[in-house]
Amino acid sequence: MLTILFDGIAYGMLLFVLAVGLAVTLGLMNFINLAHGAFAMAGGYLTVFAMQKLGVPFLACLPLAFIVVALAGALLERTLYRPMYGKPHLDQVLFSIGLAFMAVAAIDYFVGSSQQNIQLPEWLRGRTEVGDGALLLGMGHYRLFIIAVCAVLTVVLQLILSKTRFGSRLRAAVDDPRVASGLGINVNVVFLLTFAVGSGLAGLGGALGAEILGLDPTFPLKYMIYFLIVVSVGGTSSITGPLAAALLLGIADVAGKYFIPKMGAFTVYLLMILILMWRPQGLFTRKGGR
Amino acid sequence: MQRRHLIQTAGLTALALSMSLANAQDSNKFKIGLILPMTGQQASTGRQIEAAARLYMAQNGDTVAGKKIELIVKDDVATPDVTKRLAQELIVNDKVNVIAGFGVTPAALAAAPLATQSKTPQVVMAAATSSITEASPYIVRSSFTLPQVSVAMGDWAPKNGVKSVVTLVADYGPGNDAEKFFTERFQLNGGKVVEKLRVPLRNPDFAPFLQKVRDLKPDALFVFVPSGAGAAVMKQFIERGMDKAGIRMIATGDVTDDDQLNDMGDGALGVVTSHHYSTAHPSPANKKFVEAFQKANPKMRPNFMAVGGYDGMRVIYEALKATKGQGGGDALLAAMKGQIFESPRGPVYIDAQTRDIVQDVYLRKVEKKDGQLYNVEFDVIKGVKDPGKAK
Repeated sequence: MLTILFDGIAYGMLLFVLAVGLAVTLGLMNFINLAHGAFAMAGGYLTVFAMQKLGVPFLACLPLAFIVVALAGALLERTLYRPMYGKPHLDQVLFSIGLAFMAVAAIDYFVGSSQQNIQLPEWLRGRTEVGDGALLLGMGHYRLFIIAVCAVLTVVLQLILSKTRFGSRLRAAVDDPRVASGLGINVNVVFLLTFAVGSGLAGLGGALGAEILGLDPTFPLKYMIYFLIVVSVGGTSSITGPLAAALLLGIADVAGKYFIPKMGAFTVYLLMILILMWRPQGLFTRKGGR
Repeated sequence: MQRRHLIQTAGLTALALSMSLANAQDSNKFKIGLILPMTGQQASTGRQIEAAARLYMAQNGDTVAGKKIELIVKDDVATPDVTKRLAQELIVNDKVNVIAGFGVTPAALAAAPLATQSKTPQVVMAAATSSITEASPYIVRSSFTLPQVSVAMGDWAPKNGVKSVVTLVADYGPGNDAEKFFTERFQLNGGKVVEKLRVPLRNPDFAPFLQKVRDLKPDALFVFVPSGAGAAVMKQFIERGMDKAGIRMIATGDVTDDDQLNDMGDGALGVVTSHHYSTAHPSPANKKFVEAFQKANPKMRPNFMAVGGYDGMRVIYEALKATKGQGGGDALLAAMKGQIFESPRGPVYIDAQTRDIVQDVYLRKVEKKDGQLYNVEFDVIKGVKDPGKAK
């Protein structure tokens, strides 16, 4: 029983890292970036190649995936995304989903479409068990590792947003770009950095998730729905919202598949519908808002 | 006026001449329309089959019974409506003599009515749901069926200490076939199926299903998932410590696909599967096949898809030889039925009643040889007909 809870939490945490970047761009920058999964996929493939071709150890791949994808995100923000900020949401949707399809086709063309496998280091492969009977808790080391990484990330992100000068600048830039720039905030730089971090987080999520979720060129489309569920259920105005939503969904998905396997993947959607009927704005939303 | 008339006539004559010339050329050609997923998730199937088909042509020449063989490869991305459109184009515009390939079941079924209407033989080289050959009297299959290979496992497992099993299959045609036929045969042999789990085809995380299996504590877990997902199931199976908890993993050969096996790592060692082909099949014919295949495609290792394509080409070639290049679809079809030959996978024949392939099914265990992983055969069930047809 506890094992299921544990697996659910790990899965939820993974969803959180994958989706939090989207929550940042969607919620804070008010930009609908459906190509988010493509950045995650980039992180995954980067890890696979760094490990297989260059022999980089797995742990070093994680920051590498974050940095490289963040840089790519920054480049794209400057060249492609920035002109789209002022456009209506439908334009943004079409633009970004087009990017996602291009990413899928590009990976398919250059790398091929088969599943990529990552060989984890030995110490991440094991499993520890505590207790027995109904209270048996079996913890895969890799899942423990995911939970740890994600917990640290959450705290850091929350601190940056709420306590630092950059956080307040970002919030100001989002709420009213004109006034913010009048106060001497360089809105463009703030957005550039935010988008880069959001992309980097996606890259990190892809690198972490390749082992559990699998990695093939359809990744951005396959998991887009999960990112969107996390963001829409969690609301986009904070870090805690998506975190709670991701955990809830992760646990519900795992538990649903365990206890009622016939319902398969449906549990998640049912839960999403119920939550959104109850709170259309998402679980945690700032009062007022936009 | 007259001159214009003359020019017109000349022009028309030239046109008519060139058309009849083109036609004359066409009648000396034998066209095979190969519809395969060359991009997208099933692309490895397409690449394997195309490589094998080209290998067969390179080895056996491209002129048979006075006809020049032309292979037209089209990419259907494993999407049935695209398959249907391509099949139509190939039959109507290109006037192909045979359509072949078909990576997935829905694709094969989408083309079936067209094969029937146009009386064009349809050689299925990959798709493995049992019912496919019943969709059209013009379908001949050179791959395998899932009932064929799952039943073999249902026979083997009870004799080898597996008394209770949980099945885990991907929830689509082939998966349901594998579940049904394995379960029936396993129970007939006195085994007990504790639980049947079906996972969505696009399943992100196998953890909850595997945990359920672990808590149910069967002697073994029977798995069928399409080849790409196999590695994920296997890794998580090991990670969860199920082998240490005394649960064995048995599966159909899709899970330890030769194309992917080396990437799966040593965790795959010892997994027992039943299938009709392994790269390591120890026959001279297969050694020759594997060597030639790898020489032509240095980065690839032929898997069961490749052998399906290779034998499919053989079936077409032999039918063309038998009809001496004359005769349409019906004559070709008649010549395809009942062919008996030595395939790289072992002796096979095309059952004249069902038009499905009859072949030996092997039990294999993953072992390491020269630093590479192989499915090494240790037992065989001879001449297995598709059990899905015995009604």
